[in-house]
Order: sequence, then C-alpha cells, then structure tokens
Amino acid sequence: MTPHALFTAFSTIVVREIRRFTRIWAQTLLPPAVTMTLYFIIFGNLIGSRIGEMGGFDYMSFIVPGLIMMAVITSSYANVVSSFFSMKFQRSIEELLVSPVPNWVILAGYVCGGMARGLGIGLIVTLLSLAFTRLSIHNLPMMILTVFLTSALFALGGFINAMLATKFDDISIVPTFVLTPLTYLGGVFYSIDLLPGFWQGVSMANPILYMVNGFRYGILGVSDVNPFVSLGMILVFISVLAFIALRMLERGKGIRH
Amino acid sequence: MTNALEIEGLTKTYGDGFQALKGIDLHVAEGDFFALLGPNGAGKSTTLGIVCSLVNKTAGKVRVFGYDTDTHLSDAKLNLGVVPQEFNFNQFEKVFDIVTTQAGYYGIPLKQASASAEKYLKKLGLWDKRNTPARMLSGGMKRRLMIARALVHEPKLLILDEPTAGVDIELRRSMWTFLEEMNRQGTTIILTTHYLEEAEALCRNIAIIDHGKILKHTSKKALLQQLSLETFVLDTEKTLDSAPELNGFPTRLDAEGALEVEVEKGQGLNQVFVELERLGIKVVSMRTKANRLEELFIRMVEENAESSKAAEGAA
Repeated sequence: MTPHALFTAFSTIVVREIRRFTRIWAQTLLPPAVTMTLYFIIFGNLIGSRIGEMGGFDYMSFIVPGLIMMAVITSSYANVVSSFFSMKFQRSIEELLVSPVPNWVILAGYVCGGMARGLGIGLIVTLLSLAFTRLSIHNLPMMILTVFLTSALFALGGFINAMLATKFDDISIVPTFVLTPLTYLGGVFYSIDLLPGFWQGVSMANPILYMVNGFRYGILGVSDVNPFVSLGMILVFISVLAFIALRMLERGKGIRH
Repeated sequence: MTNALEIEGLTKTYGDGFQALKGIDLHVAEGDFFALLGPNGAGKSTTLGIVCSLVNKTAGKVRVFGYDTDTHLSDAKLNLGVVPQEFNFNQFEKVFDIVTTQAGYYGIPLKQASASAEKYLKKLGLWDKRNTPARMLSGGMKRRLMIARALVHEPKLLILDEPTAGVDIELRRSMWTFLEEMNRQGTTIILTTHYLEEAEALCRNIAIIDHGKILKHTSKKALLQQLSLETFVLDTEKTLDSAPELNGFPTRLDAEGALEVEVEKGQGLNQVFVELERLGIKVVSMRTKANRLEELFIRMVEENAESSKAAEGAA
C-alpha cells in the first residue's frame, strides 16, 4: 500500500472508532462527566474543605489533576477493550483481517481511537473542574506530553486485554481488579508523603503514581516523583506493550484460527 | 495466463490435533467460475479461510494472481474480495458506512469509496436501505450487503462461502444472475455451496473435497461425463404395491410409493416406457431423483468414506 493509502486506512479506523463512541455518547461520554462532577462536589468541596491543604494547595486543586488523569486512563482503556472485543465477538474484525491494512496501522488506529475518547473525556472533566476551582498551568509541554502518552499507554493495554479476552467477563476483570485499585492508590486523592515509609516504597512500584504525578507537576508544579522519570517510565511501558500487541496481531492471537 | 489462485501442498492442523487439510493442491484460472464442493467439515471453509488470511496455515503455498501470501500478502489481499458464510459486519452500523469503511481499509479515499458503494448498493438493490442499521435488514439483504462490501474495492477474485444459504429461490436466482454478470465482466469467482444445482448452473470447473483431500479437480463437463447412472422417479396413475420387474432396469418404490428406476448411461430411456407399457403401468409424471452433479457428488463422497473406513480397518 502507498503511504497515502496507509493513511486512508488509518484514518478510516480512527473515524470509525470516533463514530462508535459518539453514537453511544450516553454510555461513553456522559458517565465519566457525572462521576467526576460527584467527586468534585463530595471530595473536593464537602470533604476537601475540612482536609485543608495538601502539597501546598487546597485539596480541590490538588485532586483535580489526578481526577482528570483517572478519567483519561479509564476511558482510553475502556474504549479499545470494548470496541476491539466487540469486533471479535461480532466477527467484524474479519473485515480488517481480509484487507491489506498492516498490523501496525490497525494497532495505531485503535490506539488513536482510544486516545480520542480518553483525551475528549479529559477535556470534558477539565472544563467541569473549572466550575469548582481555578486551574493554572505550570508546565504546558509536560502536561500535554504526560496526558497524551498515558492515554496511548492505556489504549495499548486495552488492546492487549481485548486480544486475550474470550468472553465479556474478561474485559472487565483488568479494569475492576487492576486498574481501579492502582488508580485509587496512585496518589489521585493524597500525596504519598502522608504514608509511612514502607507504604511509600510500595507506592513507588505503582506505575499510575508516576503518571498522575507527572500530570500534576504540569499543572501545579508539585510532584511526589521526578516528572522526567515519569515520562521515561511511560515511554518504556508504551514500547513494551506496543511490542507485545504487535506480536499478538502477527500471530493472530484470539483472532485467527 | 496467470492463475487467479494457486494452492500447493496446503495443510492445516488445528490446536486440538484435528487435521482439516492434508496437503491439497488447487488452481483456478483467471476468469473462471469455480466451485469448491464438499460435505460439512470437508475442509472447504478452512481452505478459503487460509486464502483470505482468516486462518493460519500449517504448511503449503498460496498464491493469488501470482502474489505469494507469505511474501506479498498485501498485494494478494488487494486482489481478493471475500463473502463469508456467517454475517460478520457490525450490526449497529449503517449499510453505507459498512461498505465505505471496508473501502477505507483498502486505502480508497472516501469520495471514491462513496461512488463505488453507491454503484454496488444500487446493483444489489440496497441503495434505499443505505441509512438503515445492518441489524434491521432481512437475511437476504444482509447477504447482499456482504457481496457489496466484498466488491467495493473492485477485486479481481471474488470468494463466496455459501453465498445463498438461507436465501429464498427468487433472490437466489437474482444473485446467480448478478454473479454471472460479474464473471462475464472478468471477475474470477470461487464459491462453495451446498446447493449443487447452483454449482451445476454457474460453474465451469469444480473441485470436490472431503476429509481434507481433493477427490476431484476437473471441469464440470468432464465430471458429468463420469456419471454412469441416473435415477428417475416416476409417478404412476395407480399406486403400485411392489416395484415391477423391468427388463434391464433396477427398480424400487420410494417412501411415497413412487417408482424409482435406475438407468445406465447408454441405455435408452424409451426402453423403460416400453417395459412399463408391457406391464400396463401408466406414468403421469417423471423427474430425476437428484440433479446430475448431486448424484455424482454423493457417490464420490460415499466411496471416499468407504475407502477411508477400509484403510482404517487395514491399519
């Protein structure tokens, strides 16, 4: 295929993905907006006013970056895992398999589709947060780079989950039992300085901690970890997951007999 | 002339150890209308699945218009259009979107894809349904949608796996007419079907596959010449109590009491009526028991099953 044909195939996948999640906006765009608004009201306003400052900022300002990141992570992952698994389930994945689209274009298309939803949700949550607090941006490139790469990383994770899944239960196991606990324990609601030394060490093994703090650094200028270490870790994870996803596509894991 | 499809020594063993293909060779000439026939589980869908990259082969070579699928997969796929046995599109998408999206996967820009989609949706009588979600279509419309989708990138080789399964007779005939027209315009067509009258009516060359092996690979004409015996079913004016003895023609009564007469190639059918006249039996209507290809197909598959059993017994 020519570069132009490859781009057409890539954009076809991305547009199809965007069309899918906007068609079912009540399932994809609305719930995170409602959930995050509740977080802002309950944790930020009601409970936050009694907590006081954290990391030198009022509690609402402290949790906003984490909540935005949480919405981005969850939505990027959910979009790819549900879309790709549905295609497997309905066998419409065969439309792609019989076509000449190379595996890397299929992967890039799905990841960008997941990023479109993840970043779209991130934008919605950011706009909602402005009703509760004032956001100042400390380091725009760092903020953008962190949120884009994190979204790509979790879209890749969702893709691998969908490749491995054989039934609908399998696509909710990772989000429920891995992603949600890691996100909640990843410094969204607190600074790890509050934890005893041992638990601080344990928290450092949580990759989501680095992403939340990298993003928080971009907005507030404070972080529990070095933001450049955060970026480096995200890039390493992206490389590893992209390699695994491509190998799975080549072998046709779960999609070819 | 380049062959549209060449298959050499193709084998497929599934993860559970089942050997679906045992080293088959097959070639389909450019412009041919070719049927791959076989009973359920014979290996038809596995063969076509490997050609279309839906199934991983275990060994062997597949070339589409000379493009080896191991080394030039993308070129091979550009020449291929596939209509699978099962509905495999997103049921929630609109008809037009399904077809243009498929064109996009082949790198065709939206403007060109839309024009091509319109052409084939109109030809297949689906243009009025272009904005309807696929799940709202009838079974026959869904089949036609899959044909439109397979043709949107103008492939030189069209593969159809049971294209008329579950389709009513009128629609089946109109699909035959459409496929014949596509073939006349130069598209090579390979189909699998359970309706042997379909293969007999449409195809020029035929391969019969069973238990992962090609039993026959020849022209329809040559195949039909092998048919040495035909069975005719005669409805008689009066119900017969037992099958009459006709000189030189084995007879029996079927479950409905109609008379079945076996006639060997070269025997005159007139003689059957002479014999019936001699016995005072009046015939009110006559038909062949199965179409000619079906008769031959059943015989070949039965012979293969018997020889397989014998081989197993010897082992």
